Amino acid sequence: MSEPLVAPAAPGRTARSGEVVLAVRNLVKHFEVGGGLFGGARGVVKAVDGVSFEIRRGETLGLVGESGCGKTTAGRCILQLERPTSGEVVFEGRNLTALAESELRAVRRRIQVIFQDPYSSLNPRMTVGDMLAEPLAVHGIVPDARARAERVQELLAHVGLPGSMARRYAHQLSGGQRQRVGIARALACEPSLIVCDEPVSALDVSIQAQIINLLEDLQERLGLTYLFVAHDLSVVRHISGRVAVMYLGKIVEITDRDSLYDAPQHPYTKALLSAVPIPDPAIEAKRERTVLAGEVPSPLKPPSGCVFHSRCPLAIDECRRTVPELREVQPAHRAACIRL
Amino acid sequence: MAPLLEVADLRTEFRTARGVIRAVDDVCWDVMPGETVALVGESGCGKSVSALSVMRLVAEPAGRIVGGRILFKGRDLLALSEEEMQQVRGREIGMVFQEPMTSLNPVLTIGRQLTEAMEIHLGMASAESRARALELLDTVGIPDPERRLAQYPHQFSGGMRQRMMIAMALSCRPALILADEPTTALDVTIQAQILELLKGLSRRFGVAMLIITHNLGVVARYADRVNVMYAARIVERGKAADLYAHPRHPYTIGLLRSVPRLDAPRRAKLLPIPGQPPDLGRLPPGCAFAPRCDHAVERCWTTAPPLDDVGAGHRSACWVARSLSARVPA
Repeated sequence: MSEPLVAPAAPGRTARSGEVVLAVRNLVKHFEVGGGLFGGARGVVKAVDGVSFEIRRGETLGLVGESGCGKTTAGRCILQLERPTSGEVVFEGRNLTALAESELRAVRRRIQVIFQDPYSSLNPRMTVGDMLAEPLAVHGIVPDARARAERVQELLAHVGLPGSMARRYAHQLSGGQRQRVGIARALACEPSLIVCDEPVSALDVSIQAQIINLLEDLQERLGLTYLFVAHDLSVVRHISGRVAVMYLGKIVEITDRDSLYDAPQHPYTKALLSAVPIPDPAIEAKRERTVLAGEVPSPLKPPSGCVFHSRCPLAIDECRRTVPELREVQPAHRAACIRL
Repeated sequence: MAPLLEVADLRTEFRTARGVIRAVDDVCWDVMPGETVALVGESGCGKSVSALSVMRLVAEPAGRIVGGRILFKGRDLLALSEEEMQQVRGREIGMVFQEPMTSLNPVLTIGRQLTEAMEIHLGMASAESRARALELLDTVGIPDPERRLAQYPHQFSGGMRQRMMIAMALSCRPALILADEPTTALDVTIQAQILELLKGLSRRFGVAMLIITHNLGVVARYADRVNVMYAARIVERGKAADLYAHPRHPYTIGLLRSVPRLDAPRRAKLLPIPGQPPDLGRLPPGCAFAPRCDHAVERCWTTAPPLDDVGAGHRSACWVARSLSARVPA
């Protein structure tokens, strides 16, 4: 490899010491639904409702929650694929929500995304080589065609694919190979932040570990920062330095990985962890589990007060009235629950 | 005790543009009355085609069962006429699929879909089938059953639709339920609810279950016995407790090692299985797992190993199974 793809990581890239790459402040994204041609009740879905967090350089923040909790929408707002209703997305010191489309272009290069389903995110008519060369040309990263071909080979090597893959089409690849191409394409733009949106959940179990190891290697080598959006709590624990748990558009708990998994505070986090089956019958037989009653309420009609009160084993009357703020319940461990 | 369902030497093939692909290759497994058995494996390993073969629902003409026997209560399902088979499907063997929305009729009410099978299979009158439908919705934990019966599938959430599928599967009091990835499309808290429900009902009514899944955690929690499939064959079988504690096939060992576990200390690196899942159209002559196997010896490349006994009811299709001392690190 001739030169590093991105600037080397800042010294001491541990979670706490790096500079803040991304700061999300009070992010809100509401969607209006209903009305229009087919009628239906008008309403507002509060997909993301006042979310704040920071990610430091070289760190991985896991964003977990069940479908409809707003984790993917939050990721899309950060990428500016959705324009937030309000709030700030400050990336490398610039508030993206205040930028015009034309100004966003340069920034977008620095924030890339890896999607869940690499099949639908790759162009079926382009060879892998062309797909990787495209961003290099479009963004003027490597203007010379011969140098571009070399960089494509380098990118393939980065993600553990043989150079001959450049001549293949997406349909000729396995799921794991496609996801590697998706990662190579994100790397082509020399990003500092990558939003990984369920990057392994569509892959076979035996391939998931390969891709997770690859993401970790690349982070180490290239000093990348990840927002890792996923529903699989075991995978999130493995890859994340800090973790935020979302429920109905809000963060209910956020702290470093070990505090969250060893000493979860919020009753929703506890229930989520308890619901994950452990691949060991001996342990499963002995395990106490809290099976949450009911289902996630419609985001069109979220419960009053604490959005989790309708399923919470600890809920009291007060929880119906008071919206709990995300506050420090232990040092560097925040949770949104008045019962803590 | 005789098995409730016994699949012997089953072979199912698909004709494709690239030639004939054997999706299930000489597979044997059984389910005892009241027992929960798992078929575990990754996509394309043949686990779903095995279940479809049992129900004789393999899509013809591309797909075809080309050999073997499927004995259910001693009768060979492969020898039945289509009319006789219809009496088995839904009545004696219930089915629960991954995506309930695709197996429910969107233009019929929940009530109608539930009562129809009971009227056809059990000859119930409409008042009787309606009473039973109400009881079933209650059994599977659908609140407000009176109102729910008049609704359509789209008015149900994913979890409620899966409960509805379970109610339908139970409606004719089957002896066996085939559940193909029953919770894969559901969120983790709902997945826990549905699996607890299935297990509870299986105990309560003595229904045997075949769970088809890729999720090793689900298998550990709910299965009595496990069959691990790879490339159209069963590579390991055993009691769940034995198989997880002492896996005797390199593929099973690899799978158990590769998943991060919430109960174990976090490892610095995951230990993946190298390589890619096999292409069924281009399998190597010997063991299909050999190209990804750390333990492969010369013989593995030429001759496929049989599913041999390695100890009390535990079988492994591996030439070096006896010398595998590899334990799954906690």
